[in-house]
Amino acid sequence: MKSFKLYLTVVIFIKGRYLGDYSEDFIQALARALKEWHDEMVRAGYKDRLNMFLTDSGIEIKTVYTPLDIASTSYFEKIGLPGQYPFTRGIHYNMYRGKIWTIRQFSGFGTPEDTNKRLKYLVEHGETGLSIAFDEVTLLGLDPDHPLAIGEVGVEGVSVASLWDMDVLFKDIDMGKITTNMTINPPAPVMLSFYVAVARSRGVPDHMIGGTTQNDQLKEFIGQKTYVFPPRPALKIGVDVIEWSIKNLPKWNPISISGYHIYEAGATPVQELAFTLADGIEYVREMIRRGYDVDSFAPRLSFFFVAGINIFEHVAKFRAARRMWAKIMRDWFGAKKARSMWLRFHAQTSGVELRAIEPYNNIIRVTLQALAAILGGAQSLHTNAFDEALALPTEFSAKLALRTQQIIAYESGVADTVDPLAGSYYIEWLTDKIEEEAWKIIDRIENMGGMLEAIEKGYPQREITESAYRRQREIEEMRRIIVGVNAFKGEILENEVKIPLLEIDEPSVRAHQIARLRKLKSSRDQAKVNTTLTELERASSRGENIVPYIYNAAISLATLGEIMGVLRNVYGEWSEPIIY
Amino acid sequence: METREEVQILGAIGLRRRYRVLVAKLGLDGHDRGAKIVARALKDAGFEVIYTGIKQTPEMVVRSAIQEDVDVIGISILSGAHMALVPEVLRLLKEYKADDIPVVVGGIIPWDDAIKLKSMGVSEVFFPDTPLSHIIEKIKELAEKRRKGLE
Amino acid sequence: MSRSQIQALLEKALEGDLRAISRLISIVEFPAEVDPSTIETIMRELMKRGGKAHVIGVTGAPGVGKSTLISKLIAYYRKKLYKVAVIGIDPSSPFTLGSFMGNRVRMQIHSSDPGVFIRSMATRGVRGGLSASTVLVLEALDGLGFDKIIVESVGAGQTDIDIINISHTVLNLVIPGAGDEIQALKAGLMEIGDIYVVNKADKPEAEITLKQVIDVLNYESFIRSSGWRPRAVKVSAVMGMGIDDLATLIEEHVEHLRKSGYFQEVVKKRRIYGSFIVIKHIIESRVEEIFSSSNKHILEMLLRGEIDPYTASLQILSEVLGGRR
Repeated sequence: MKSFKLYLTVVIFIKGRYLGDYSEDFIQALARALKEWHDEMVRAGYKDRLNMFLTDSGIEIKTVYTPLDIASTSYFEKIGLPGQYPFTRGIHYNMYRGKIWTIRQFSGFGTPEDTNKRLKYLVEHGETGLSIAFDEVTLLGLDPDHPLAIGEVGVEGVSVASLWDMDVLFKDIDMGKITTNMTINPPAPVMLSFYVAVARSRGVPDHMIGGTTQNDQLKEFIGQKTYVFPPRPALKIGVDVIEWSIKNLPKWNPISISGYHIYEAGATPVQELAFTLADGIEYVREMIRRGYDVDSFAPRLSFFFVAGINIFEHVAKFRAARRMWAKIMRDWFGAKKARSMWLRFHAQTSGVELRAIEPYNNIIRVTLQALAAILGGAQSLHTNAFDEALALPTEFSAKLALRTQQIIAYESGVADTVDPLAGSYYIEWLTDKIEEEAWKIIDRIENMGGMLEAIEKGYPQREITESAYRRQREIEEMRRIIVGVNAFKGEILENEVKIPLLEIDEPSVRAHQIARLRKLKSSRDQAKVNTTLTELERASSRGENIVPYIYNAAISLATLGEIMGVLRNVYGEWSEPIIY
Repeated sequence: METREEVQILGAIGLRRRYRVLVAKLGLDGHDRGAKIVARALKDAGFEVIYTGIKQTPEMVVRSAIQEDVDVIGISILSGAHMALVPEVLRLLKEYKADDIPVVVGGIIPWDDAIKLKSMGVSEVFFPDTPLSHIIEKIKELAEKRRKGLE
Repeated sequence: MSRSQIQALLEKALEGDLRAISRLISIVEFPAEVDPSTIETIMRELMKRGGKAHVIGVTGAPGVGKSTLISKLIAYYRKKLYKVAVIGIDPSSPFTLGSFMGNRVRMQIHSSDPGVFIRSMATRGVRGGLSASTVLVLEALDGLGFDKIIVESVGAGQTDIDIINISHTVLNLVIPGAGDEIQALKAGLMEIGDIYVVNKADKPEAEITLKQVIDVLNYESFIRSSGWRPRAVKVSAVMGMGIDDLATLIEEHVEHLRKSGYFQEVVKKRRIYGSFIVIKHIIESRVEEIFSSSNKHILEMLLRGEIDPYTASLQILSEVLGGRR
């Protein structure tokens, strides 16, 4: 209250020009000095090499940033201290000084046996959390014997169609000690059921089962596109998972509200931020609509952002994200617990920024992107392998990706203090600017009636397609330089083309998986399976929370395809709106 | 096809034929950013683009291409399933006696697979980072050739 | 194309060969690019077999769900073993004449069905309304034996009016919360459909919108010239709700047309209207020509503001056309 009165005095004194932490004399002197500096620079003949410098979101960047640019920023209001509202500097008091971020490498390919081996390899080499990549067939809730599965089984991730597959996937892995992220969306309740059932069968108590199901149904309509159901049923299923998880698994993050895929689909960092938070708002609203107090579930919401190569822009984005989410939770939804206001996030280095030409350049790109994530305060990080643009990682490239994080963590010193870039005039200005631009988009979405409405109208999809096209034109017209691709093109050396790539023998993976499926079907109690599926259908038509019914079907050995088939019948399938 | 300037001078004469291209995403992979960018660039270059959306089977692609009487079929595939699916497209085109329609493929295709596909009948394989202008140029060439063949 | 080539193509198409049907459609789509006698021959063969297809026009603002609804209707008709053709119209860029046509996206599931033929057509610089191409393609599909021909347009205004004039049954699709559209209906500005379809029935507001539409239809005397009083229904295209009821209503309508003899009236009107559209487009395409071949003196006066556009046009026309005569 006292500081507020001081504010007012300062405001009146400076004719309402700014409310910041600097004195008026200083600001005026600096303004004069800056003008002289600018005139000197022109007189001395310094010219910029480009007409304009822009961030990836199209924000114009000046030659130099000074306290003038953050003259109206109040440290206590906008920046604050780590672990305290508005959490701009980090959600924990001492961040990486207390615990280094989790090294969580997204992996999966072939059969569950193949992936189990790779998971162990990664843990052996220093990974501290697991993250499972499923193949397209699994992502779409189909079994490997489905006609559309031909050519796709185990190719882009691991094939998991049943409880047995999940059991093999985690063979000899202590599910009570390590946490697992599962990147799965429409089939999230099924995969979660498989995972929990396997953990329980090994004696892991519910309160020790830790991990994340991505389960961000809304973003599937904007990026990624592994949607199955139309938006409304998809949202319902996603929130069913959140609800069930809150009740049963105290350590589980039922959702990872994602911006990564939105960025990869073509969004700018500002759009990624805005659309992700808008998705988050929709999920919170839905839980509240179901009668839950915000503090009862908000602490378990988590996020997933991209770490792009424009280091400062992404750092600013992460800081703005924390500040915005804290405000939304406290002021829009009335959250009281600090944990409800935390924006906890996993980051992944951008895949779309990596190139197929001169693939070893990607090692440098990934390093810079990872740096952005760390300077931005990510809770966990995945670094891409350098051959990501060509194939799934080999053991060699996967190890190198791991080492990237370890070198940053232990050799560079950036993890030795919290939010080291705070106070940089540029970073604070950019954080404010990105926040401002993101609010504009969120306001527009609110005016449309929320993210669900906006998606049904095709608004975010259109915006992203525009951004993607614009970005491509920039590259084609040499307004954006990509080393080795449109500039500094060198002779392609043999060792840059003949890289040992991971090859998947799809037909044999598919045969293996189908064989296991057959064995499972012949050894289970078919009558029981049928009963559980019928009950699931009834429950879903009635609008109940479907997760318990899915769990029952899962432990009766119903397959992924069978369970999803029931849901497809009830909820229908989605094909996207025409964009232009 | 007329240039942009010619179009503006000629105005709204609704009876001229444009080149038609089918842009399809084969297989289960849903990453359509590249396909949409190419579709958009083709439209800006004066083509009529029929966009099929994602999750297309070879049968859907071929039948759509024939119904729409396109001059070129453009396939985008990033999931690694190209060696299972693209040859099926070529086979079906032959079966429907529509193999005069050239097929181009873009996406994540290893070098050796690209050679194999071209030997099977794919006209062009576009690797990641191929400039759009090059893609448009090649498609235009193929469309022109096909039209001449029809006359 | 030689006479025998045309004959061969026609035969194959009438047998149902997909390639042949498609090539035939392509030829009639661009009548100005072939010999007039080719068009005459082809269309004569087809039109003597035509006049039977039930043409359904689907209008509505972009984003109301036309394509999804059409996809569901196709599924319904295919169950009844009807052969279905769809003409999807998308706008062409006025600058490049290119077009991005995405109608198929929501109907692609039917691409493998031999009883379904979907063709995307672009407006190709036609300023509002249907093109001569659409008219000819419609007659051709009719002659090729399709039972149902669905015409979908993204446009509004003139295009919708044209669709009304060539269709037997006009479906007008709206979505809930469409307050403006109800007002437009009341003011008689909205194109008169035979069946008003309120989509997104899964939303609670849909019931209100349906009531509003029904109120307007009851209040105003919107009887169609066929004697049909327009009706309104509620569907959820995405969830497949209400489709059977809608399809039954559509059948009721076409039955009404058949019993009253109005079915053939529509076909006749469509052909005259089709001619009208073609003449309009030929003239439109000649406007530039007329303008540029006119007396420079008149143009100069126009540019100097010594004469107004109306007077100038009369003079140009009388000179150019008069001279021609």
